[in-house]
Amino acid sequence: MATVSKSAMQVKRLSDTELQITRELDAPREIVFKALTDPTLLPKWWGPRRYKTVVDTMDVRPGGKWRMRNIAADGGEHAFRGEFREVTPPERIVWTFEYEPLAGHISVETMTLTERDGRTLLTVRDAFSSKEDLDGMLQSGMESGAAESYERLDELLADLEKKSA
Amino acid sequence: MNANATFSALAEPNRLQIVELLRRRPLPVGQIAERLRMGQPQVSKHLRVLSEAGLVRVTPLAQQRIYALRPEPLKELDIWLEKYRRTWGDRFDRLDEVLSELTAKQGKSSRENKRDGHRE
Repeated sequence: MATVSKSAMQVKRLSDTELQITRELDAPREIVFKALTDPTLLPKWWGPRRYKTVVDTMDVRPGGKWRMRNIAADGGEHAFRGEFREVTPPERIVWTFEYEPLAGHISVETMTLTERDGRTLLTVRDAFSSKEDLDGMLQSGMESGAAESYERLDELLADLEKKSA
Repeated sequence: MNANATFSALAEPNRLQIVELLRRRPLPVGQIAERLRMGQPQVSKHLRVLSEAGLVRVTPLAQQRIYALRPEPLKELDIWLEKYRRTWGDRFDRLDEVLSELTAKQGKSSRENKRDGHRE
């Protein structure tokens, strides 16, 4: 039987400012690399489903710029940009990531592709310059109402931690 | 306790408000409704969800039912990690779709290559 079990994604917090996600994908890494970098394929998966994703720039080479926008049905936009630091097909991509309204808060995202038996293990490592940057990024993709709830929840949790300490 | 159930229970702003209120001290339904300016039936409905998620417990006291916060499930919840997980989870689900389209195309041609290359 050619049943391919969908592998679970794993998220690990490496430190206050670093996160790592791993996920197995059912394709050889050449194909995964293409999906990660091809401007015609990126809009099909990179943005949240409720947004339309537009690629303005995708210059896939060291020093090359990239820019993408998530456009909501009501016309609201979220723009993201950055620069490629390393491009090694089909095994490694390093790019910087910046949410334009929070310009200057730059994170570095390293994607590593490892192939085994025709499947690819994708590891994404996100390094932020501060914990505040990390929180800001997480809110950028959210509707403001939800983001506000999350902030309040964060406070609630911090408070509970204090009490139990 | 399942982090997802906790998360869903708290995703509703009114329920989050109730949890915030109960953090200070346990209260009967009537007072929760009054302080949050919500209808009592509405508050009861939210309290039921919170109770099912293990976030509140009820203690009868005379004619009243007193609701208190159970912080245990909250402590297990790591909010921003959960947000991050959701963003990437959605991305990967869509990436799976893109990859299966791409491998379907490629699979056809590589099968043909194999047939040509081996024992034929």
